[in-house]
Amino acid sequence: MSPRAAWRLESLGFSKVYDYVDGKADWAVAGLPREGDKAGFNRAIDVVRRDVPTCRLNVLLKDAGGTVQVGGKEMCLVVNDEGILLGRLRGAVFERDPETPIEEIMESGPTTIRPDTMLQDICARMEKRRVDSILVATETGRLIGILYRADAEWALGEAEPE
Amino acid sequence: MPSSATRDDVQRLLKEGAQLVDVLPEAEYRDEHIAGAVSIPLKKLDRQTTAHLDRNLPVIVYCYDLF
Repeated sequence: MSPRAAWRLESLGFSKVYDYVDGKADWAVAGLPREGDKAGFNRAIDVVRRDVPTCRLNVLLKDAGGTVQVGGKEMCLVVNDEGILLGRLRGAVFERDPETPIEEIMESGPTTIRPDTMLQDICARMEKRRVDSILVATETGRLIGILYRADAEWALGEAEPE
Repeated sequence: MPSSATRDDVQRLLKEGAQLVDVLPEAEYRDEHIAGAVSIPLKKLDRQTTAHLDRNLPVIVYCYDLF
């Protein structure tokens, strides 16, 4: 849509026309100012918790570092040097031999949602699938954090914050 | 020929006085738009609706998404 608008403006005599190709969603993902009746807490990026423990693929379990409790299970996310989400350590794997390589025990390709996903859609999907949290990552796979259903419901005015 | 702009480009251009135009339908603009943007939906983009824009200043257009 915006490329056509840019060309149309040029045809109308505007000589310095720029197309912000990544658009409103990209702006929202960066947490930059927005206005409007529904601006604010309405997308995944608005309520995602970014303080997520991570580890690298090429380390041993004993070096994985911290974990977070998600749904009653310990969890740590596996990312590469660019912050790309590669996998997840969860639950019983933390009871394995501490010398076990992360790569052997991680779950590959955990489900993610995009940061611009609307909270109403997220809540509906999470309710349907009976999950209380979901990972948020960019289109390029870069981990942003964890979104908790309770946070999303709170933002929508449907629940109290945890 | 229009140029592509990144988020950083947009922020810099806005500081330099560029005009920001949301070309999404009006309802979507009302719901949410980039702060400071004006609404001129693509379907209404013509000489009349752009008359208030300064042709000597850069204009940045955007729609919705990257994803």
